[in-house]
Amino acid sequence: MTRPIPILLIALALALPVSLLAGRVWLDPFADLSPNALIILTELRLPRAILAIVLGAGLGAAGAAMQGYLRNPLADPGLFGIAPGAALGAVLSFWTGWASTAWVLPLFALAGAAGAMGLLTLIAGRSGSVMLFTLAGMMIASLAGALMSLAISLSPTPFAMSEIVTWLMGALTDRSWNDVLFAVPLTLAGIAVLLVAGRALDALSLGDAAARSLGVDPRRLQLLMVAGVGLTVGAGVAAAGIIGFVGLIVPHLLRRFTDRRPSSLIVPSALAGALLLLVADCLCRVLPLASELRLGIALSLLGAPFFLGLLLQMRRGLA
Amino acid sequence: MSLAAQNLCLDGRLDGVSLTLNPGEVTAICGPNGAGKSSLLSCLAGLLEPQRGALALDGAPLGTLSPRDRARALGYLPQQGEVAWDMSVETLAGLGRLPWNAGAAADRAAVDAALAALDLQHLRARPMSQLSGGEQARVLLARVLAGEPRWLLADEPLANLDLAHQLSLLRQFRALAGHGTGVVLVLHDLAQAMNHADRVVVLDGGALAADGPPEQALSEAVIGQVWKVQAKWLGEPGKRALAT
Repeated sequence: MTRPIPILLIALALALPVSLLAGRVWLDPFADLSPNALIILTELRLPRAILAIVLGAGLGAAGAAMQGYLRNPLADPGLFGIAPGAALGAVLSFWTGWASTAWVLPLFALAGAAGAMGLLTLIAGRSGSVMLFTLAGMMIASLAGALMSLAISLSPTPFAMSEIVTWLMGALTDRSWNDVLFAVPLTLAGIAVLLVAGRALDALSLGDAAARSLGVDPRRLQLLMVAGVGLTVGAGVAAAGIIGFVGLIVPHLLRRFTDRRPSSLIVPSALAGALLLLVADCLCRVLPLASELRLGIALSLLGAPFFLGLLLQMRRGLA
Repeated sequence: MSLAAQNLCLDGRLDGVSLTLNPGEVTAICGPNGAGKSSLLSCLAGLLEPQRGALALDGAPLGTLSPRDRARALGYLPQQGEVAWDMSVETLAGLGRLPWNAGAAADRAAVDAALAALDLQHLRARPMSQLSGGEQARVLLARVLAGEPRWLLADEPLANLDLAHQLSLLRQFRALAGHGTGVVLVLHDLAQAMNHADRVVVLDGGALAADGPPEQALSEAVIGQVWKVQAKWLGEPGKRALAT
């Protein structure tokens, strides 16, 4: 069942031109572009819109795959500890003062994501156990969080501390084609890996034993999940900081429009994640605030009530 | 054409079990709780690797088959009918086609045949959450049948079903065996095993206690020895009831 895909594609096609025109400086689509407007369009808005679409797609796809893997509609890509690992890498680049050098911040963040992925597979071992894997992810997330707090508390200068805190809020402000250059291929590769895992995730809907009886190799699936979530989330954090809730909200909202197989949810979630991040980033730019609202904060403000709504719904179900 | 186990040993759960199962037969595995029934079934399905002993499908070691080839040959129905998402009957049955790359038309034909065999066609669009326990059990079996396996290995498929649904599934197992499928069932109900199996394998403490035709493998003497229960079979063969 692929009903949501055409609708989401049309919505994206409509939202993209609007996002290119909207901002502190509105561009008139019917007027000739001034040199300044051309620079705003090609050097600021376009890379930002591409990043929003691709990173949102990565987070949405990773969320759909994670919920399928953990068989839990409340699962989020952050559970594997890869996002905190990437964030720790980025924080260290600020802490050392090297973040201002080109490519250092994303490289540190990607190294942090790779470190978390390596640690995850090392701890989870060869068992392929989902529970062991999740607990290992939670441990890594907790460790990375503690190390980030330590780095902030031991910041060499107040400026570095401010930079770290601001960056951790997540945003697409002032991103350039350089960010597009590394984040897009990595994220698309991650989505492709998650799509490869789709059939195994479908089988896992029936439980571990039934999935193995259908030919699923749990260890291979685990490695695909680490690679897919690692690439999408790692590239996302490296380019934009921590942006939460996309991977939780989007698959949850879309599941009812699919045939409920995890594999059939990955592409719609990628498209809806792209749309959500594009629209949210656009709103961050046009809201009449003293300074631009950080994208990570905007999505958390949107996500927390959504999460509460889910919990209340579950509570009613349990009553 | 056989599924054979030789001297299977597994971590205190199985102790030197050897047997050769034949296609076209309904074999019941019986025994008290903790006797090793589910472990034996999991080994036969290739899901548990024995510490010692050998498993072979049609003479070839089971371990040499690729996971996909093994999945195509051996259909496994676990005891826990777990389904994470509220799929429709048709979608769920379609998961049985995952080991195959036969194309959409072949997949659809196999799913249609499985749903028809279990009288589920009228429910094909219905979500699992809207089905009764008996209907859900039939859908889970349809998922296995859609994979067109040569062997059906089912762990307590009659648990939690009322008598009418138990008999309906047992008739289905008999029909499958009639078409040449090897059917292996873990059963707790000794009367059902006595009346509906061609062969009964009795396990006790991980070891083979009896193996043969039901009247022989589930004799009153074996029941007394393995289950420690004084029991008496009533009625005539094929319509036995157990009095305790």
